[in-house]
Amino acid sequence: MPETETTVKTVTANLKVYRYDPEVGDAKPYYQDYEVEVEDWFTVLDALIKIREEIDGTLSLRCACRASICGSCAMKVNGEAKLVCKTKLDSVWSPGETVTVDPPGNMPVITDLVADFKPFWDKVRQVKPYMQPTGPVPTAEYLAPNEDMVHLAGVMNCIMCGACVSDCTVLEVDKSFIGPAALAKAYRFVADPRDGKKKERLGELNGDAGIWDCTRCMQCVEVCPKDVDPMERIMVMRDQAIEEGYTGTSGARHTESFVNSVRRSGRLNETRLAIESMGVMNIPGQISMAPVGIKALLKGKLPSPLDHKIPSKAAVKKIVEKSEETSK
Amino acid sequence: MYEHDVLIIGAGLAGLRAAVEAEKLGLKTAVLSKVHPVRSHSCAAQGGINAALGDRGDDWTDHAYDTVKGSDFLGDQDAIEIMAREAGDDLIELEHMGVVFSRQDDGRLEARAFGGQRVPRTFFIGAITGSAMLHVLYEQAIKHDVQIYEEWFVTKLIIEEGVCHGAVAFNMHTGEMETIRAKSVIMAAGGAGRVFEPSTNALICTGDGLALAWDAGASLMDMEMVQYHPTTLAGNGILLSEAARGEGAHLLNSEGDRFMERYAPEFMELASRDVVSRAEQTEINEGRSINGNVLLDLRHLGKTFIEERLGYLQEVAVEFRGIDLSEHPIEIRPGVHYIMGGIKTNVDGATVVPGLYAAGECANVSVHGGNRLGANSLLDTIVFGRRSAQAAAEYVKTAAPSVSTDEHLNAEKSRIQDLLDRPKGIRWAAVRNELAHSMTEGIGVYRDQASMEGADAKVDEMRAKYSQVSVENKGKVYNTDLIFTLELDYMINVAKTITQGALMCKESRGAHSRTDMPDRDDENWLKHTHVFKDDDGVRTETSDVTITQWQPVERVY
Repeated sequence: MPETETTVKTVTANLKVYRYDPEVGDAKPYYQDYEVEVEDWFTVLDALIKIREEIDGTLSLRCACRASICGSCAMKVNGEAKLVCKTKLDSVWSPGETVTVDPPGNMPVITDLVADFKPFWDKVRQVKPYMQPTGPVPTAEYLAPNEDMVHLAGVMNCIMCGACVSDCTVLEVDKSFIGPAALAKAYRFVADPRDGKKKERLGELNGDAGIWDCTRCMQCVEVCPKDVDPMERIMVMRDQAIEEGYTGTSGARHTESFVNSVRRSGRLNETRLAIESMGVMNIPGQISMAPVGIKALLKGKLPSPLDHKIPSKAAVKKIVEKSEETSK
Repeated sequence: MYEHDVLIIGAGLAGLRAAVEAEKLGLKTAVLSKVHPVRSHSCAAQGGINAALGDRGDDWTDHAYDTVKGSDFLGDQDAIEIMAREAGDDLIELEHMGVVFSRQDDGRLEARAFGGQRVPRTFFIGAITGSAMLHVLYEQAIKHDVQIYEEWFVTKLIIEEGVCHGAVAFNMHTGEMETIRAKSVIMAAGGAGRVFEPSTNALICTGDGLALAWDAGASLMDMEMVQYHPTTLAGNGILLSEAARGEGAHLLNSEGDRFMERYAPEFMELASRDVVSRAEQTEINEGRSINGNVLLDLRHLGKTFIEERLGYLQEVAVEFRGIDLSEHPIEIRPGVHYIMGGIKTNVDGATVVPGLYAAGECANVSVHGGNRLGANSLLDTIVFGRRSAQAAAEYVKTAAPSVSTDEHLNAEKSRIQDLLDRPKGIRWAAVRNELAHSMTEGIGVYRDQASMEGADAKVDEMRAKYSQVSVENKGKVYNTDLIFTLELDYMINVAKTITQGALMCKESRGAHSRTDMPDRDDENWLKHTHVFKDDDGVRTETSDVTITQWQPVERVY
């Protein structure tokens, strides 16, 4: 953890701000405390701007529009990614408390609150983020249903601020994951009726570090300042990948096994789920799971591979059918 | 040393559109910007982009006339004709690139009404049109593999024997200064709204491109034409799009009257921006205000409609004011938004400096004249971004290669080192804020000789103070303290051209509304103002307005 260094100025709001100067010898990050006079309409950004304009010109941060549209100012506020220009100070701080501001997570820090977005943009480039129509180009506009365009505008609402990437729990442990922002960007083409490469795109996203690596933790949905809902876009692409015939991933098999089990018996058969997700014919994979299976068996934690019937099986079946109908 | 056929400074809509075109034409292209391209202020454009599509009964000459009238007859009609005529093809091209424009029931593009225009011809994506277009142009830049100097800051254009050969710039991540040689430069660095306070503009809109081109010998034309947008939030100046009024919102004074019926009985809230801003200011000045504001009322549009078509406005209202637009009117007032003036170019983006082109808000072609119509700015960036790249491509075919040495680089290095070495003095922010507040006071919605002279004197005072500004951060890595100090230098120069342009102009036209000279004077003042850099500071000139088919008439909405 960075150490705390204190500088005191005229009181009202207390901010604890991450500082890092790569040009000093040992270059260790630390927290600096600032006391700033604030007014009730202040956002976190207003407070930071006041610090750099009136208290400490050496504090570096990115910001531009002040109106939640340029995406420059995603930072961690009290540990959670926020667009600081639209975060009212009184929503994260009350008198007597200290609000902590860090650079966005899952990215290298250049200095202070400025993160290096190169890995972020490299991931975006990876999904071929440009329209690839295949048919003849019309002389006028492409005809497209308005509801599709309004739906896509909801995804284009993404300002690439990086809040979702900052707080993505998968990226925390696996840097290769394409991540929520780039996957939402990919969805914007997958769902565009004018794009001609839906199947190819889904095929690529179906691979390693793609759509099946999301753990559905919801954090990207929670922190997205523009309601882009990246996780939901990823889930839709999973369904579409299966529909397009990409069933050879453990993720696709897991989904299929899960649904089949519930439809068949009204309950989840966890042992079969593990075996079927790995792929029944995947002998090396099955062998690799054996030690875990044996250990679980010895401790009495391995459920029977036979289905447990439940009394309300018919009702569950009805629910499954209904949900399949409505999701169509 | 880096070398290119064309160096584009600025990565907003004009810069990226130019870059995509230059790349298609086979030029060795580079874009340089002090921010990542999608952070450029084009993202803040909300309402839409204008185009008269012939296949749905609109006519480009109608669009051209609405623009001429909107400009208060100061726009050059040859340039306006080109913009209006080419708008349709450029719009369709954007759609083909992937912009998710709103559609009619038949699947074709849908247009909304906008100010100063007789028919709906504003194509849009909710209230995020600029952002949705900017992200698509960035996608195209990725597709065409355009080289981007991302987060680089230009300190000087390289001019040798009167010809532009590139720029001196530094990489903000390392602080290293470099010479970037180029056979041609397209300046597309955006506006200068931060010369005023408050302003709808991003903190990055400090007029860098205007000041750099002016320093290089270009003319800054019609700089007194500063647009006050009618619907901005008090305090921080954040914009609420004209799309609100385009979709039917009303303006009310403290007595609940739709006061526009007294100022523009036919167009009402959809009169030109200068007209609406003056009406609001008059209401405010005459005491029919609410805390110095008037009200924008969307309640009758209904929550669903607001959220689908004006979602970003609702977001701004909720986040910054805690107001649900479907339940309450919101307090707004005129605020600085756009500068019609800029680097004088011909219809191909060429400036008087060979090798130097300009497009977008920093340029003045002039298509906006005394007052820009809403949704013509996005169109301007696309049409003239493209055209300037096409013209630069022709120019570089015969342009002599740069022979620039390290002379410019060394001069810039030592200038910046001197700045860093200054003894502890005053902060840039104090000077910037004082400058910007005085500019709003002196060059307001209404202005007069005394107010303009006051602002002009204040600019000189700030120029003197600038010599005492010191940089607290001495580091090389992402030194925003240094960048703001350099920007302040640009801002003071741009402010001077604004006050000088304003003082030159002895009439009222468009956004230049003088209470001491309230009438338009076509006989003596149907003219562009020019402010050049000179040894003693500035040199001023005027030139005639190009009229093709529309003689000035009284401007009534």
